[in-house]
Amino acid sequence: MTIGSPEKVTGARALIKGLEEEDVTTMFGYPGAALLHIYDELYDSALRHVLVRHEQAAVHAADGYARVTGKTGVCMATSGPGATNLVTGIATAYMDSIPIVALTGQVPHSIIGNDSFQEADITGITLPITKHRYLVPEAKDLPRIVKEAFHIASTGRQGPVLIDMPKDVINGEFEYHSIETVKLQGYKPTYRGNAQQIKKAAEEITKSTNPVIYAGGGVISSNASAELAELAETLMAPVTTTLMGIGSIPAEHPLNLGMLGMHGSKYANYSVQGSDLIIAVGARFDDRVTGKLQSFAPNAKIIHIDIDPAEISKNVPAHIPIVGDAKIVLRSLIKHVKQCNSEAWLEKINEWKREYPLTYEQGKSIKPQFVIEQISEACSNAIIVTEVGQHQMWAAQFFKYKEPRTFITSGGLGTMGYGFPAAIGAKVGRPDKTVINIAGDGSFQMNSRELATAVQNDIPVVSVILNNGYLGMVRQWQELFYDRRYSHTCIKGSVDFVKLAEAYGALGLRVEKPSEVRPAIKEAIASGRPSVIDIIIECEENVFPMVPAGAAINEFIGLEGNK
Amino acid sequence: MKKYTLAVLVENKSGVLAKVAGLFSKRGYNIDSLAVGVTEDPEISRMTIVVQGDDQVLEQVTKQFNKIVDVIKVSDIEGDDTVERELALIKVTADVTTRAEIIQIANIFRARIVDVARNSITVEVTGDESKIQAIEKLLRQFGIKEMARTGKIALVRGPNKV
Ligand SMILES: Cc1ncc(C[n+]2csc(CCOP(=O)(O)OP(=O)(O)O)c2C)c(N)n1
Ligand SMILES: [Mg+2]
Repeated sequence: MTIGSPEKVTGARALIKGLEEEDVTTMFGYPGAALLHIYDELYDSALRHVLVRHEQAAVHAADGYARVTGKTGVCMATSGPGATNLVTGIATAYMDSIPIVALTGQVPHSIIGNDSFQEADITGITLPITKHRYLVPEAKDLPRIVKEAFHIASTGRQGPVLIDMPKDVINGEFEYHSIETVKLQGYKPTYRGNAQQIKKAAEEITKSTNPVIYAGGGVISSNASAELAELAETLMAPVTTTLMGIGSIPAEHPLNLGMLGMHGSKYANYSVQGSDLIIAVGARFDDRVTGKLQSFAPNAKIIHIDIDPAEISKNVPAHIPIVGDAKIVLRSLIKHVKQCNSEAWLEKINEWKREYPLTYEQGKSIKPQFVIEQISEACSNAIIVTEVGQHQMWAAQFFKYKEPRTFITSGGLGTMGYGFPAAIGAKVGRPDKTVINIAGDGSFQMNSRELATAVQNDIPVVSVILNNGYLGMVRQWQELFYDRRYSHTCIKGSVDFVKLAEAYGALGLRVEKPSEVRPAIKEAIASGRPSVIDIIIECEENVFPMVPAGAAINEFIGLEGNK
Repeated sequence: MKKYTLAVLVENKSGVLAKVAGLFSKRGYNIDSLAVGVTEDPEISRMTIVVQGDDQVLEQVTKQFNKIVDVIKVSDIEGDDTVERELALIKVTADVTTRAEIIQIANIFRARIVDVARNSITVEVTGDESKIQAIEKLLRQFGIKEMARTGKIALVRGPNKV
C-alpha cells in the first residue's frame, strides 16, 4: 500500500528518506564515485554519518552499534573494493545473527556484468553470508526495498541484509511514495511457541532432578533476560551461557554457572554432562560448546527453544523442539512450571564450584586475568568489547557482567580486528556508557588505523591491549599440540602502541607493573579521549580450563601447575 | 541414499535459483534434475528438484529452503500420487539402413520425429523417467549424438495444490 502525495526525488534522496522513516539516526560509511549523489544528500542531512578509515570498520561499527542498542545498524560502502571490504564484517554479523543493513554502490545497470571499473558482484559474493540481499532494479523500487530490508534484518532470526544500488538507481528520479507495510509471501517468522509443545516441555521439566538451562545469544536478541532469570529461579535450575549468551544473566547470580564449552568453567561443563534435562534457549549447539557430539550431555533430554526452525536438531537431536521467540516462549513456559526437585543437584554443583573455581596464579609479571578483574572492579557498568584470542576468553571468564548487551564479541566467526571498530560503534550507540575494547596485540593491529576515526569524531573508546607479544591463542595450541614449535606466532616489538596512539592524537599509556593497572584505567577513562593502554602481560600465559577440539566437554587438559 | 522430489514455490526474482543451488552444493547433495518455470501466478515460479541424499540432510535442506526470503513453500512430493513428466530431445545417428527401425522405436514409445537430416534423426519423447530411460537405452545402439532433457516436472493428482 502506498500513500502520501507524490514528489519527484532521486534514488539518493529516497534512500535517505527511507532511512529516516526507519528511525535511523546514525550510519557508518566511506564514500566513492558510485555514492556521490548519496553523500551529497548527507551533506545537509540530520542523519549522523561517521566516516571510518576502512569499510571493514564501517560494518563492524554498525554491528557494535546494533548489539548495544538493539536497533538495526547501518553501514555504507562504494562499489567494487568498497563493497568487498565489507565482506568479513557482514559474515561476522551473519554468524552472530546481528541486524544490520549494508548499503553498497554499484556500477550502472547498463554495464553490470562487463567487468566494469569498480564492479564487484556483491550480491553474489554475499549470497551465503546475508539473510537477504537486493540488487535494486529501479529507483522507484528503493522505498519498498529499504522498508523490506529493515523488516527482514530486525525480525525473526536477525541478520545482515545487503542493498546493492547501481548508479542509475541512485541518480534516477521518480515520484516518491512512502511505503506503509511490507508484503513478503515467503517470510513469516514464528514467534509464539506451539502450546502443546510448551505443555510437553513443562511436564518434562517437572520430572527433572538435574536440570540445566543453556542460554545463548538468542536470549539477548529477544531481550528475554528477565524471563530467563525468572525461569531459573522458579525451577531452581542452574544456567550456563554460551559466549554469545554472556550477560543474559548476571555473572553474580547464584544460579549462573558461567560459560560452557571449550574454555567453559569446569563446573558448567560437569553440570551439563551430569544433567538429565537441558533447556536450550536461543543457542545452537555449536561445536565449541558441545565438543564431541556423541558424548555431549549423555543422559539429558533436550528441550530446544529457538526462533529458527533450521537450528532444531541440526547438531543435537531435540526431544521437545519449540520454535518461537525466546521471550514469548519463556513467558508462557514459566506459567506452566514449578520448582524442580533439584536440591541435591544444586548441592553437587556447589561442590564442583568450590573444588574447581576459575583461578589463576599471581606472579611478578602482570597476569591478564588480573587485568580483567581490575577492569571489572574499576568500571563494573562498562560495555566490554573484545577482539579475538586469549584476551577474549579471559574477558569472558573474569569480568562480572551485570546486564545483557554489555559483552560484545565476535563469537561465530571469531574475527580478529572486530573489537576496536565495534567498540567505536558501541560508544556511538551508548555515549552514556564507558566502552572498553579488550584487545590482543595481534588483533588490535588489524584495525588500529580506526584511531583516526575515534579521534576525528571524538569517540572516547578505551582500548586495553593485553600485550603478550604473541598471537597468543595460536601459540597456546602450538605449545599444547605442536611441541612448542612457535611457527610464525611471535609478534614481539611490532609497534610502540603508545606512540601509535599519540601519532593519531589519542592518549597512549604503558603499564608494566600490576600496581599501575588500575590507575591507568582510571586515567584513560577520566581523560575523555580515545585512548590505548598497552599492558605488558605474562607472555606465555594460557587459557584454562581447556577441552581440546573434538573431545567430550568434561575431558579437560592442563599443564603442570594449572588446574 | 534415497531419491526425493521437491516442489518449491518461489517469488519470481533474480538470485533465488543461485541460492537454492548453493544450499545443495554446500551440503554435498547432488541435484539429479532441476526444472523451473512460471506458475499460474506470473509472480511465482515453481521449481521441481530431484535430489539424492539421506533423510536428515533432506530435513536440513528443506528447513534452509524455508529460510530463503523468496521461497514461499517447499513440499516433498516423493511418495505422493503425482503426474510426472519429462521431455527429452535425442539426436540419433541414422542412415538409410537404420532410419526405419529408429522411427519404429519412436512410434512404439509415442515419441515424435522432430528433425531428420542425412545422418541423423532427432526424437522428441515425453514421459516419466523410466520411459525416457527405456527409449534412450534402445536408441543407444544406433549411436546417440546429443541429448537434452528438461528435468522432471510434477503435479499432485486430484484437486489439491501443493
Ligand atoms: C582475521 C583472523 N585471522 C586469524 C585468526 C586466527 N586467530 C585466532 S586467535 C589468533 C591470535 C590472536 O592474537 P592476539 O590478538 O594477540 O590475542 P591473544 O590470543 O594473544 O590474546 C589468531 C591468529 C582469526 N581469528 N581472525
Ligand atoms: Mg597477543
